Amino acid sequence: MKVLVPVKRVVDYNVKVRVKADGSGVETANVKMSMNPFDEIAVEEAVRLREKGVAGEIVAVSCGPNAAQEQLRTALAMGADRGILVEHDGVLEPLAVAKLLKTIVAKEGPALVILGKQAIDDDMSATGQMLAALLGWGQGTFASKIEKEGESLRVTREVDGGLETVSLKLPAIVTTDLRLNEPRYASLPNIMKARKKPIETLKPADLGVDPTPRLSVLKVEEPAKRQAGKKVGSVQELVEKLRNEAKVI
Amino acid sequence: MAVLVLADHKDGGITQPTRSTVAAAAALGDVHVLLVGEGAAAAAPAAARIAGVAKVLTGAEAPVLAEPLAALLVSMAPGYSHLLAPASASGKNVMPRVAALLDVQILSDISGVVDADTFIRPIYAGNAMATVKSSDAKKVITVRAASFDPAPAEGGSASVEAAPTAADPGLSTFLGAEIVKSERPELTAARIVISGGRAMASSENFAIIEKVADILGAAVGASRAAVDAGYAPNDMQVGQTGKIVAPELYIAVGISGAIQHLAGMKDSKVIVAINKDEEAPIFQVADYGLVADLFKAVPELEAELAK
Ligand SMILES: Cc1cc2nc3c(=O)[nH]c(=O)nc-3n(C[C@H](O)[C@H](O)[C@H](O)COP(=O)(O)OP(=O)(O)OC[C@H]3O[C@@H](n4cnc5c(N)ncnc54)[C@H](O)[C@@H]3O)c2cc1C
Ligand SMILES: Nc1ncnc2c1ncn2[C@@H]1O[C@H](COP(=O)(O)O)[C@@H](O)[C@H]1O
Repeated sequence: MKVLVPVKRVVDYNVKVRVKADGSGVETANVKMSMNPFDEIAVEEAVRLREKGVAGEIVAVSCGPNAAQEQLRTALAMGADRGILVEHDGVLEPLAVAKLLKTIVAKEGPALVILGKQAIDDDMSATGQMLAALLGWGQGTFASKIEKEGESLRVTREVDGGLETVSLKLPAIVTTDLRLNEPRYASLPNIMKARKKPIETLKPADLGVDPTPRLSVLKVEEPAKRQAGKKVGSVQELVEKLRNEAKVI
Repeated sequence: MAVLVLADHKDGGITQPTRSTVAAAAALGDVHVLLVGEGAAAAAPAAARIAGVAKVLTGAEAPVLAEPLAALLVSMAPGYSHLLAPASASGKNVMPRVAALLDVQILSDISGVVDADTFIRPIYAGNAMATVKSSDAKKVITVRAASFDPAPAEGGSASVEAAPTAADPGLSTFLGAEIVKSERPELTAARIVISGGRAMASSENFAIIEKVADILGAAVGASRAAVDAGYAPNDMQVGQTGKIVAPELYIAVGISGAIQHLAGMKDSKVIVAINKDEEAPIFQVADYGLVADLFKAVPELEAELAK
């Protein structure tokens, strides 16, 4: 079965972002960019499914600026077979991304799409569920285990209070949680090989999708800052302060 | 027009994050509450007593799956201007699906309501707060419970009716669940939370934290590193991609204070950090910092609190 893996270019998770002085957004110029960490887990899972003989071709897709080719190359170096870039410079909200991905699914005919559970920039946690809705497919979100059983997929999900297991009819959508796997590092030879793998570039208009955002950002502000407090010298002092100063116990 | 809140319920009660969602919804219109899943009818009286709830609707008592639940919410949507759910595992699972079926962009994890179209939501692990205005006719929203004081559990006297039914698209089946039973308060509702990090070094060692939790009536949390290492179950993870908590008192034990962890707890009223490295970033947000070996300090804390 063919597997499609959408990967997003985001500010690297180690960067502490700064809000722009004019309140229009966050500073992304000259900031390290990476593949969204949950999407690395998605690529890794697709590659593992192929290693188990469950998955066939793996196609990585990114919607975003031309530079998102870098993240597609990373996916190719991890083991994806080819890439598709849907090039667009403005903001892409999950609904627009889901509409773009729906058209790619129609062209490619995958049996499984594995997305990250959440992009660490917009923190929406929505695209996979939205794509599942638009396709009329079942969804296994926040997955910590995936097993193919005949024509269905058994997905263990991280939920409040513990774990839940569902069976999805294929084709289906899965979104990855942190415990699904630990992504591999691409080896140098694989990075070299990835340079030769094909990346096709399309525009939203080629796919007949209007990506205009539905949300307008009125302002972006820094959250209330927390001041570092004081160091206490002993457990006794800590308990005394919590009782008599902070009055929380 | 009224607004609809999809409730999380447990053991005949309504979760505190749901009451926070009711509080957020009350600013937008008359609040109707939808209960589905096993125990929905049993939880209806508790939902009806929440202050500000006008009507309670109870649906099927089967295990909750995203696809049929989304179909139900979409069938009910014409009667509502806003559809809300807590940003819990179940709210985050179903609401984006509902939004896409209605062709609207979801507003995930809102932390503030400005007006009927305008909301505040954290982005980049809470390092920025965005005020966004939706141009969609209908709003589909998940609510960050820690940002809204819960609506009082008592004071309402809503009517209870059966919810409409919608056909199950039959795309998935429920196989089972492993839910950890605990006598302690829920992480997202507790007044005090004590969390352990990688430094706990084993699941057995979490017992020293649990003893303190028992004395304080606190919930127990964990960093991702502790969860990944198997020291604590996944639903205890606090952070950007785990649970968001804002208790009166948060005690971080052997946790360094990575951005992703801070994202889940930095709105706590009072933060205590116990860490043997005085340079640990957690001290930059802690009201009270104790530089100490946790294996010495935590048992001492237990003894001191028991006095
Ligand atoms: C996509 C993504 C999402 C993430 N989401 C989350 C999330 O939701 N929640 C989360 O927590 N993390 C998350 N992380 C991980 C995060 O970046 C950190 O790796 C993690 O929080 C570190 O956990 P820790 O503080 O327990 O471990 P460490 O960073 O290893 O810190 C251990 C601390 O313990 C101290 N210590 C060691 N021994 C002792 C002792 N005997 N006594 C006292 N102190 C001691 C050390 O000084 C150190 O400060 C995420 C990461 C990514 C990439
Ligand atoms: N612009 C994009 N291009 C490709 N995949 C995306 C894009 N945006 C979101 N995704 C996928 O959807 C997941 C969830 O993103 P979000 O709904 O924005 O939190 C990500 O982990 C990606 O797998």
